[in-house]
Amino acid sequence: MVYCIGHNVISPLGEGSQANLEAVRAGRSGLRMYDHRFANVEPFCASLFDEPQAFVPLCIRSVEMAVSGQPALVSSKDTVFILSTTKGDNLDLWTPATAIAEHFGNPNPPVVVSNACTSGVCAQITAKRLLEAGKYKYAVVVGCDIQSRFIVSGFQSFKALSPEPCRPFSPERQGLNLGEAAATIIYTAEPKSRGWRLVAGSIHNDANHLSAPSRTGEGAFQCLTDVMVGASPADIGLLGVHGTATLYNDAMEQTAIERAGLQQVPVSALKPFFGHTMGAAGVLETILCMLQAERSFVKMLSGFGGVNAAIRMQCE
Amino acid sequence: MRVSHEIEITPSRVVLSGVPVAVSETGGKMLVELYRRYAGDYPKFFKMDTLCRLGFIGAELLLKQSGISSPVSAIIFANRSASIKNDNDYLATISEGNYYPSPALFVYTLPNIVTGEIAIRHHIQGETSFYILDNPEQLKPIVEASVNPDLTPSTCVLAGWCECSEADTFYAKLQIIWNN
Repeated sequence: MVYCIGHNVISPLGEGSQANLEAVRAGRSGLRMYDHRFANVEPFCASLFDEPQAFVPLCIRSVEMAVSGQPALVSSKDTVFILSTTKGDNLDLWTPATAIAEHFGNPNPPVVVSNACTSGVCAQITAKRLLEAGKYKYAVVVGCDIQSRFIVSGFQSFKALSPEPCRPFSPERQGLNLGEAAATIIYTAEPKSRGWRLVAGSIHNDANHLSAPSRTGEGAFQCLTDVMVGASPADIGLLGVHGTATLYNDAMEQTAIERAGLQQVPVSALKPFFGHTMGAAGVLETILCMLQAERSFVKMLSGFGGVNAAIRMQCE
Repeated sequence: MRVSHEIEITPSRVVLSGVPVAVSETGGKMLVELYRRYAGDYPKFFKMDTLCRLGFIGAELLLKQSGISSPVSAIIFANRSASIKNDNDYLATISEGNYYPSPALFVYTLPNIVTGEIAIRHHIQGETSFYILDNPEQLKPIVEASVNPDLTPSTCVLAGWCECSEADTFYAKLQIIWNN
């Protein structure tokens, strides 16, 4: 078990976890139409920063806000930086990770998790493993992706983008919206008597198709089964879903949730507010779910490459 | 941790658990040569980008030689430059004046797709993870923490370095690692 000792979200909806929670509570969405943001790209609906952000400074700002009150932590040899991203800084993933760690004077090589849409959840599972194995005492998990002509054109070529704000789990859903954000969550292995802790984590591949989820939700189902060991559905207060609003993803998740017996649990699907923030999604949505929930909850994600991941968080 | 089998692939040399594998071609053509000789029944291979072909061939030879009966419980790969070779191929399809984005190329613009391809080929529904690191040494503590028998149910994992920066520039060192 590892313990959450700090977090931050920076998105087009606001700076800071609380500001983002309040935006969601007020029903504000970052999604809007963009006609001329990127050359050649057809108009698209997304949640983007008004002022284009540079990757590394955005990550640094998010970490600074997450560690406020404990600045010595980031430069410690007992701390590892874990970056979750799919496209990094203009397709480069390693250089920005070292730039972030070096900015904070951290002496350890950073770890970059690039596991498609599940990266943010997988990065937290990696943090849990490294801390529980005694490799480090603290893990700073930063999730970030910035939208680009590269990504938007690719998702348009997949015909995966919704022309309107996405509607997860609606029968009329038309696909996903892309988004950008940075989110940071800090974990420690040192036991804390109060607050949120990451209890269990699991990653499974559907072994079915590269870009389409399994019809039976096999990978997601196995993830849910793993993280539910020691808990019953009645213990779960909130289920944070991936909810991309593509036809197949949401159908797959629904199947997996029903197979795991979790269909009575309230669900949080946050992409109508933030879009699909890719490498940031798993971190951002964990933080928002923690703030939304008063009891324990399961967080689950799935993504391209047929890989699924889930974690269970609990609050004392 | 115990390594039972290992494969190393460079553009001109393949060594399987200490024994060189004879090849006549080099670079990307060598991967095709190995596919024809050791697999041959999986035409989807020809759709794959070089990173996926490299990992696919490595896993094919390694799993065949190891002869393990139950599938590996996890595939944990890493490299330094993610999916840059295929990213560049995709970029060519969205260049100014030649804008025709290719979904067939875009699907390979994630490094972890290689782990997905291997999972599909060998029906592995365990974990698939991909890390970006500076060098293969940095993967060791991650794999150690992932296969710790006290923490995870993993028994045997396929793990290693799988790097491809250009069509004929690649390096793989993959191992079968046991947690006992």
